[in-house]
Amino acid sequence: MTTGVKSRLHAKTRLGDRLFRSSTLLSGVIILAVLAAVSLFLVLQSVPAFVAPAGSLPAGATNFWDYVGPLAFGTVWAALLALIMATPVAIGIALFISHYAPRKIAQALGYVIDLLAAVPSVVFGLWGATMLAPAAQPIYAWLNTYMSWFPLFGGQASGTGRTILTAALVLAVMVLPIMTAVCREVFLQTPRLHEEAALALGATRWEMVRTAVLPFARAGIVSGAMLGLGRALGETLAIAMVLSPAMVYSFLLLTSINPNTIAANAALQFPEAQGIGINTLIATGLVLFIITLFVNTAARIVVNRRKAYSGND
Amino acid sequence: MSSMQATSSANNSLTAGMLPRGSVWLILFASWIASASFFGVLQLAGITSHFSLIGAVVCGTLLFDVLVYVVSRLVEGRRKALDRLVTSLVVTAFVLALLPLISLSFTVIAQGAPRFDLEFLTSSMRNILGPGGGALHAIVGTLEITGMATLISVPIGLLTAIYLVEYGRGHVARFIIFMVDVMTGIPSIVAGLFAYALFAVFFGPGVRSGFIGAVALSVLMIPIVVRSSEEMLKLTPNELREASYALGVPKWLTIIKIVLPTSLAGITTGVTLAIARVIGETAPLLLTAGYTASMNYDLFSDRMMTLPVYVYVQYSQQGPNVSDFVNRAWTGALILILIVALLNLTARLVARIFSPKLSR
Amino acid sequence: MSKRIQVNNLNVYYGKFLAVEGVSLTIEPRTVTAFIGPSGCGKSTFLRTLNRMHEVIPGASVQGEVLIDGNNLYGPGVDPVLVRRHVGMVFQRPNPFPTMSIRENVLAGVKLNNRKISRTDADALVEKSLQGANLWKEVKNRLNDPGASLSGGQQQRLCIARAIAVSPDVLLMDEPCSALDPVSTLAIEDLIEDLKNEYTIVIVTHNMQQASRISNKTAFFTIEGTGKPGHLIEYDDTTTIFSKPSIQATEDYVSGRFG
Repeated sequence: MTTGVKSRLHAKTRLGDRLFRSSTLLSGVIILAVLAAVSLFLVLQSVPAFVAPAGSLPAGATNFWDYVGPLAFGTVWAALLALIMATPVAIGIALFISHYAPRKIAQALGYVIDLLAAVPSVVFGLWGATMLAPAAQPIYAWLNTYMSWFPLFGGQASGTGRTILTAALVLAVMVLPIMTAVCREVFLQTPRLHEEAALALGATRWEMVRTAVLPFARAGIVSGAMLGLGRALGETLAIAMVLSPAMVYSFLLLTSINPNTIAANAALQFPEAQGIGINTLIATGLVLFIITLFVNTAARIVVNRRKAYSGND
Repeated sequence: MSSMQATSSANNSLTAGMLPRGSVWLILFASWIASASFFGVLQLAGITSHFSLIGAVVCGTLLFDVLVYVVSRLVEGRRKALDRLVTSLVVTAFVLALLPLISLSFTVIAQGAPRFDLEFLTSSMRNILGPGGGALHAIVGTLEITGMATLISVPIGLLTAIYLVEYGRGHVARFIIFMVDVMTGIPSIVAGLFAYALFAVFFGPGVRSGFIGAVALSVLMIPIVVRSSEEMLKLTPNELREASYALGVPKWLTIIKIVLPTSLAGITTGVTLAIARVIGETAPLLLTAGYTASMNYDLFSDRMMTLPVYVYVQYSQQGPNVSDFVNRAWTGALILILIVALLNLTARLVARIFSPKLSR
Repeated sequence: MSKRIQVNNLNVYYGKFLAVEGVSLTIEPRTVTAFIGPSGCGKSTFLRTLNRMHEVIPGASVQGEVLIDGNNLYGPGVDPVLVRRHVGMVFQRPNPFPTMSIRENVLAGVKLNNRKISRTDADALVEKSLQGANLWKEVKNRLNDPGASLSGGQQQRLCIARAIAVSPDVLLMDEPCSALDPVSTLAIEDLIEDLKNEYTIVIVTHNMQQASRISNKTAFFTIEGTGKPGHLIEYDDTTTIFSKPSIQATEDYVSGRFG
């Protein structure tokens, strides 16, 4: 039987080990420091804008929240539109690659969709402004003429097609690859056991997907959507190049008077900005940072909760 | 499930009540042709100004969806009809994603080709107000700034990943992982604003340089490097570490001489992909490195042009002859995409060729 | 080169959980000792305390003494890395370093510790170790091929060559043949017969026939139930253990009545 107290092992640590370990820890701490610095400097440079007297802010806004309000609205509205358009398509594509396409080419098809992810946003902006907007304009005109009873299609149709709907379309194409990738992974992880059980009962392919795949993937789809949302909220150039902006709150999709987003506005105004104008733009950046922080944290929580329940990693 | 009696006794009873093979394709083409005729009639009758191909295809596909559901429901039953409809929707979704890809590829190549010449690759925009000029200053700027960003990000990112995988176990490690996750979500423009704000405090407002741009890119790059390196290090089988310890090799030498060389190919792939991700970032560079028409080889002073910003500036600040500028923008876009494609290809090749064959 | 091992009242912990309790035994130099027992009884855990590999697992610890020729491995201020240079180990699955050639694998123990060794000395060491592992004839013409290009049995012999290249006093083997085919197993058993002339060998095996074939003495471990610590039940000459064991539990195990 054991007697006495258990003594901890005290192995002599070597100098090399201590040095190396410290340097790796230092790198980790640098990352923490960078993040702290980001927050600190953003806040420091934003404060003048928060307390600025009326009239000194750009665009004649009376106070900062007046200025950032339409921008925040535009950011969320454009991202939401993109999400609504992209989510069903992403689920469809992911289902196609995981369950409908011939097995041999499925992986290749996945690569093809991933190609979209490699295109820089400025190229999307160029394409959106020069190809998509002019092509969409006649459709907008048609919708505006024949379906203006639908609240979102009202107002005066844009002559160039550079509306928030076009911008949201480009955003949707940009977030499609990441959402598809997440959904695809989740669909492929469906236990074959459940799929085969459904098929053995005489289910059609769609019924098998509906009973075995989609319920299993529910949380994964949500997390993919939130990651896409986070990406869309922060997108700058594509919107800056496609949208013809104004500082308004507007839900109308087809007009040339569109709310701008925080990121696009900052990109457009920053090169010429001075003094309090710069502080204001930085303050809007801080607001954007907080919004995306919120969305991404929520996405992580959803992902982690799913991991705990599904039992696989 | 309703099924019709087999009328011909030569038929397999299991195929009873099914649409004959190829009938779906038949319905598809019929719908497209019908829709195209409809739109053709519209144009001939003068109602629409030109033949809308998009309209024809969209209406044709919608018509197909309705038809196939109805026909299938009549012949095969509700469940199979729904199945066929869903199959059509799912394929449509995929094609929908291909459309922008194809359109993009075509456009970039077609519009970028005219100015893809030697002059473009060897001259800057100095003193150019109309046609001519090039993007040499942008290409050099992109290479220098991205190179510096890599120089900053890779050591920090790799060492942090080593800490997380080999040493970290408690609260500190978990906190670092959480913060890396937060960092992955920083919008690119916020990274640019931060880098600007940081240097503005020390050097005054209005400061611009390539180095600040590199710092902004590092903020975006570091979390990518940490994540991918962490994955690669975790993939190294633990047995190799144990074999090394059993030979009496200390931990730090084990990491440097065994773990890192084994995962080197994977880490290189990850770094290359990270470079491909940030090389196309415009917003942070617009704010920090600014834009200029002249060559600038000095990272630490003055504005420096980069390829994505070049594309943006050519498009947004057009001179009297619009097509000159738009053409340059597209050629710049073409070069940017070529560089990104090359980086992605390199990454995959490195992974394929240099991965050590692990003995299992 | 080979030394006597003496274990005094060793307790082995994973965190707070006592995995192996109160083991005491003495192993003479130049012998082969086999540890046998049912799965999960702690024989591998105990083996790994003999070269301080057990504590690589976070939270693992040990109480008691392990003496090699009188020197306590667990004395205060003892460097585990140094211990492992004197007590070598061969694992269950062959694990040659994939980024190294056969030659580099054999020299790994020397090179990784940054010890300088001249080219001729290195060549001699490679040949001697590979000869000692019965692998020389098969690989002498392809020393620069990657270590992973050998068959399973050859890889395991490469790992043995790698282990003996650092001239350990003791060689620990944790089920070295369980991942190999019967032909390779026989080859390694013959090898152990040769190696015992120079090293003290301790081998964990769940194959009783193997234990009876190659070992001089056998130690039988067992566990009363899940969640309970493992114990050393009987330790004696191999022939005695397998023909006339003194404890009933041992007899039950070797005659196949349980485990």
